[in-house]
Amino acid sequence: MPAKVITITSGKGGVGKTTATANIAAALATSGAKVVCIDADIGLRNLDVVLGLENRIVYDLVDVVEGRCRLRQAMIRDKRLPELYLIPAAQTRDKSAVSPSDMVRLCDELRAEYEWILIDSPAGIERGFRNAIAPADMSIVITNPEVSAVRDADRIIGLIEAEEKGPARLIINRIKPEMVKKGDMLSAEDVLELLAIELLGLIPEDEEVIISTNRGVPVALDGKSRAGQAFRNIASRLRGEKVPFLELEDQSGILSQIGRFLRRGGG
Amino acid sequence: MARIIDRILNRQTNSAYQAKERMKLLLVHDRTNLSAKVLEDLKDELIGVISRHVEIDEKAVRIEISQQGREQRLIADIPLKTPTRRRLG
Ligand SMILES: Nc1ncnc2c1ncn2[C@@H]1O[C@H](COP(=O)(O)OP(=O)(O)OP(=O)(O)O)[C@@H](O)[C@H]1O
Ligand SMILES: [Mg+2]
Repeated sequence: MPAKVITITSGKGGVGKTTATANIAAALATSGAKVVCIDADIGLRNLDVVLGLENRIVYDLVDVVEGRCRLRQAMIRDKRLPELYLIPAAQTRDKSAVSPSDMVRLCDELRAEYEWILIDSPAGIERGFRNAIAPADMSIVITNPEVSAVRDADRIIGLIEAEEKGPARLIINRIKPEMVKKGDMLSAEDVLELLAIELLGLIPEDEEVIISTNRGVPVALDGKSRAGQAFRNIASRLRGEKVPFLELEDQSGILSQIGRFLRRGGG
Repeated sequence: MARIIDRILNRQTNSAYQAKERMKLLLVHDRTNLSAKVLEDLKDELIGVISRHVEIDEKAVRIEISQQGREQRLIADIPLKTPTRRRLG
């Protein structure tokens, strides 16, 4: 089965791209799928620490692109899961060390052998974003329920459409149900209505995300965490399963409303 | 009744509601790159062009951006002046 290349991007920094990449990759790999994740945030490498693989890096993405090693030598296998690999970013270089066509070539080399290739995009709309999006078969935009994050998400959705990498799918991260209930946070439904793209997942604010990141173990591997469950649900949806959205708001009927919204949007 | 009014008032002052209303306008602007000023200029020019061919009710002309999903469209509502009967009579 040929691979699906998925790029996770956001426009705004710090909204959860790296966390989502690590956790969706781990959740997909749990079921035995062959998964590679690529850290495209050159100069600000982080996917390695979130996955707990930072001590095992020898070669990185730029080494592959510049021919200092073979692709396989730069792939670190996560020993906790059957088939999860990381290609780390270079830490001492910048985004111009890699081009969009380098990324396409690299992914093409991986396509035949792996089922999922997840790319962690850097923030912004410049070269790093273009590198990350170039090989994508599918784009995931992640945002928080805050005005600046939603605005940047809208901009990036437009750019993804312009690059013909759309339609993007949406993850809303760090939802705080108590604040939504008080009317002090945009609800998932609000964000969905503003951005008008298909919803892929809703992730609550969850301390377990920080705790598991401290330990270098993706929260998706923690059976009890709400955020972990949300990431596992996203992995299931990517595999084509129909999974209901987590009930994050107390508002009655939110799920049916989202359901209705998706049907209207053709999702 | 009081509770309903309360809720309506509360809804309009709560910050999520304000955020959403502000975002609606902002995103239209971001997506189309059309400011209120540009829209106003466009309206004046349209009035100029159209009234060379047909008589319109200039004060009632409306131009706005309507949204459907992620698609924007420019909607112009240009009422024509009812043709005068003078010439006939
Ligand atoms: N659902 C969540 N609940 C609690 N904390 C979260 C959640 N999601 C992300 N975080 C925290 O938010 C911070 C930023 O997350 P992350 O590094 O994944 O963002 P990013 O989009 O990759 O940032 P950058 O743009 O810098 O690459 C991290 O400290 C992470 O642990
Ligand atoms: Mg990151």
